[in-house]
Amino acid sequence: MQLSLKGKTFVVMGVANKRSIAWGAAESLAEAGADLVFTYGQQRTEKSVRKLADSLDQQEPLVVQCDVTNDEQIRECFAKIKEEAGTIHGVVHSLAYAKREELEGEYLNATREGFLLAQEISAYSFTAVAKAVKEFDLMTEGGSFVTMSYLGAERIVNNYNVMGVAKASLEASTRYLANDLGADDIRVNAISAGPIRTLAAKGVSGFNDTIKAMEEHAPLRRTVTQKEVGDTTAFLMSGMSSGITGEVIHVDGGYHAYGM
Amino acid sequence: MADTLERVKKIVADHLGVDEANVNKDATFKEDLGADSLDVVELVMELEDEFDLEISDEEAEKIQTVGDVINYIEKQ
Repeated sequence: MQLSLKGKTFVVMGVANKRSIAWGAAESLAEAGADLVFTYGQQRTEKSVRKLADSLDQQEPLVVQCDVTNDEQIRECFAKIKEEAGTIHGVVHSLAYAKREELEGEYLNATREGFLLAQEISAYSFTAVAKAVKEFDLMTEGGSFVTMSYLGAERIVNNYNVMGVAKASLEASTRYLANDLGADDIRVNAISAGPIRTLAAKGVSGFNDTIKAMEEHAPLRRTVTQKEVGDTTAFLMSGMSSGITGEVIHVDGGYHAYGM
Repeated sequence: MADTLERVKKIVADHLGVDEANVNKDATFKEDLGADSLDVVELVMELEDEFDLEISDEEAEKIQTVGDVINYIEKQ
């Protein structure tokens, strides 16, 4: 791809390992010449993130902890980014969490605690991050936020349950944030990605069947790769998408258009 | 057989950052090798890729030791 993001800095949140969608985004952004900052939530992923970050052809990429359940830590994280990187041109928000037991069986069995936890980490975190970026006046005009969603936000996807409801909330947040930040010429979009074999996806019961459904029914007869989602992320981060905001773009081989 | 054991040993040692010498058939992932539940899921994914097979959720939950993995792969 020939898109250039040279001289621009992006924050990538949510790399857990080489299979992460966030990592696909990082690879596409790096390929376009961008400088990257990585954040990780849990201590256990720090080593893996640093190893991946070091594999990029960049000078000591900044890696910062950002536990999105903690407002103070979000502020510290973005204060640090401001100090080290100065201005940023975009944020890739590619993180979510629900307890494994919430991701199987009937939605009716959702617990209050499990529901709220999924909302907090998977949806509210996007707003909390946007808030911190605004507070520190970190993002330049023409900047862009991109978050990752899934079809389960719009339609019934068995076992996705509280995460589907959290993704619906995330997509709605994308529209409201687009309105608030549009005044600063900052765009906010979501990508609804096809199912990808990530650590997070493996936590959803019956994930292998979801991939089979893609191979049978998606217009492209396959699911998508991290890189394909990454390339669309790079497009949404670039000036080539300057008229697009408040949008949910499906990068799913066309599966969302399938009826029966 | 020996080949499977060696391949599994290498993946487990690399992934968990443990010495290959400590990865024997009786070693349990959680107690002996210090893996948490996410490590186990990541390992299952690495093994699926390495041996080009699909380990169902039910089977994955039964995996406790390195020997369990070998047995599962040998059965395929």
